[in-house]
Amino acid sequence: MRKDSSEPLVRISKRATIASWKAWLIRIAALFAALVICAVIIYAITKMNPLKVYGTMFQGAFGTSKRLWVTIRDIMMMQCIAIGLAPVFKMRFWNIGAEGQILVGGCAAAACMIYFPNIPLGLLLALMAISSAVAGAIWGLIPAIFKAKWNTNETLFTLMMNYVAIQLTSYCVALWENPYGSNSVGIINPVSHSGWLPSVFGQAYTLNVVIVLLLSLLMYVYLRYSKQGFEIAVVGESENTARYAGINVGKVIIRTMAISGAVCGIAGFLAVSGASHTISTSTAGGKGFTAIIVAWMAKFNAWVMLLISALIVFLERGAVEIASAYNLSNHVSEMITGIILFFLIGSEFFINYNVKFRGAARRAE
Amino acid sequence: MNGLISLLQAAIVFGTVIMFGAVGEIITEKSGNLNLGVPGIMYLGGIAGLIGVFLYESSTATPIPVLGVIIGLLCAFAASVLGGLIYSLLTITLRANQNVTGLTLTIFGTGFANFFGGSLNKLAGGVGQISVAVTSSAFRASIPGLARLPYAGSLLFSYGFMVYLAIVVAVLVSWFITRTSLGLNLRAVGENPATADAAGINVTAYRYIATCLGAGISGMGGLYYVMDYTKGTWANDGGIATLGWLAVALVIFATWKPVRAIWGSFLFGVLFWLYFYVPGLTRSSQELFKMLPYIVTILVLIFVSLQRKRENQPPAALGLPYFREER
Repeated sequence: MRKDSSEPLVRISKRATIASWKAWLIRIAALFAALVICAVIIYAITKMNPLKVYGTMFQGAFGTSKRLWVTIRDIMMMQCIAIGLAPVFKMRFWNIGAEGQILVGGCAAAACMIYFPNIPLGLLLALMAISSAVAGAIWGLIPAIFKAKWNTNETLFTLMMNYVAIQLTSYCVALWENPYGSNSVGIINPVSHSGWLPSVFGQAYTLNVVIVLLLSLLMYVYLRYSKQGFEIAVVGESENTARYAGINVGKVIIRTMAISGAVCGIAGFLAVSGASHTISTSTAGGKGFTAIIVAWMAKFNAWVMLLISALIVFLERGAVEIASAYNLSNHVSEMITGIILFFLIGSEFFINYNVKFRGAARRAE
Repeated sequence: MNGLISLLQAAIVFGTVIMFGAVGEIITEKSGNLNLGVPGIMYLGGIAGLIGVFLYESSTATPIPVLGVIIGLLCAFAASVLGGLIYSLLTITLRANQNVTGLTLTIFGTGFANFFGGSLNKLAGGVGQISVAVTSSAFRASIPGLARLPYAGSLLFSYGFMVYLAIVVAVLVSWFITRTSLGLNLRAVGENPATADAAGINVTAYRYIATCLGAGISGMGGLYYVMDYTKGTWANDGGIATLGWLAVALVIFATWKPVRAIWGSFLFGVLFWLYFYVPGLTRSSQELFKMLPYIVTILVLIFVSLQRKRENQPPAALGLPYFREER
């Protein structure tokens, strides 16, 4: 090297591999940096000791057995959506319509609860789960078919489908409102509990956990060990390679999107039958968007998703607790989640790339 | 006749919010960045403008309306550009995925704005309803003589200045993209960044500037919403988020042409408010009517992909990252 100035200040090279402990160390460092930034903001607003505020958050999420179970329920909800999104994202198909798929699934489940309250519980729950999955799958299939046949942009199509679903839900809410004029459906079957997921071992949300973990396991096996999972990976890496290898790309897109929509529809079923026992336009509540980030950051690994879902739900529940403790707006949780996600997204760069500063190489010599 | 005029008026006011959002997003997308953070950016613009004006109005006994307007515009623009900068930094420099980053920006912007919108009252020491009446009325002031003309006056001249500003900005952006060499370079970056790079165009700089400038324009939509649409108050009802996504939809509807976004936005406004003026709708069927703007957008999306006309296609590199060494 003749002159220092000919060397750029920063050089970036792609890492071939990185030890997984190093990758996690970078992620944890990013998380820590995000928490410090949030602490500064919290201090600026509330003038309270941030550590104490984080303590309050912890209390809000895990403080009592009831809170703990609500946290677990929300984690399972997020996880369910994220595993639904994993296969399509692996295929590089941008399904940002989870929000809508959840809502139509929820509407289908609520419709079964309202119109068939008298059939036996087991049968009714099966009917609800199936109709939710079918509704979600249809919602996913519409953009997938257009993508497969005419290469219609799926990001924007699925996004628009969300809003069609929201209006459809508003329509259902107005149709089923109870009591009349309240503009909400209210708790469905409050006395008979018809169509509610039953308590198991004295816990209302045990079944949510069982269903979602089972789905996670199935998805993990499907993506990793099945022929179809392999096809998804090939299409995701390169459509041309897939075509050359004799894979029917259109068919894979349509099939995978149907699966994805169905799982998101089941998330809607869980939200209605296993959590709120009602339906409203906020049943999905933005989780369909957050889960996209969860699935992406977990690199489609079902178990890493669980970890990230847990982190995000903890933050949300904790932030709601701060908000009520200090009489602030609930939206503080979205702000904190946003900041932490920014850092985690940014940290991926340092995992994938090696950054060398000018002079570092010389010192190493 | 009065019903029709009030529908068109509502449509124009509504359309202005999404026109700003869409025109900003068109510049951004022309550079190849699909920024799904538009709703978040509009939120940032709206709240920053409101906070700036609020602080100004509460600091003096007799606020000067013009100064309030300037402060509002500057704050909103600065905050939105900052939002665009976060997006650019993550997607261009740190090479993060565009969709994921954009959605995160929307989550952050929504949270940030609603948090401060909801807590501003408490943070300012409990002053009651947050309102910036003086500046808001300056934003809404119409041209005195013309507004009183029959029909034409109320239809064309009864709005605040930002309605006309939006149209001017759309025309200027259209001129910039299609008639200037900088605009040509920008389009080249969005269509084929590798070729643009080979031709000596600084892809990174174009993407940064287009995204930040686009965000600044989008943010004006949020400011207009707060100052004019809701008359200088803050409502935690998710209104900006809905409009922000409609702005993204409008970009598609306009097939990436700012001039088409002008009448497109007014058409969206008509479609959005139509349920209010169609007689005989029940409360539930109204909700089905409100699907119209989205369904029309989906149809346009399908139509454009079927038609394969080159001038109607999205920028070829839209949503794709560009790293010189990974070609």
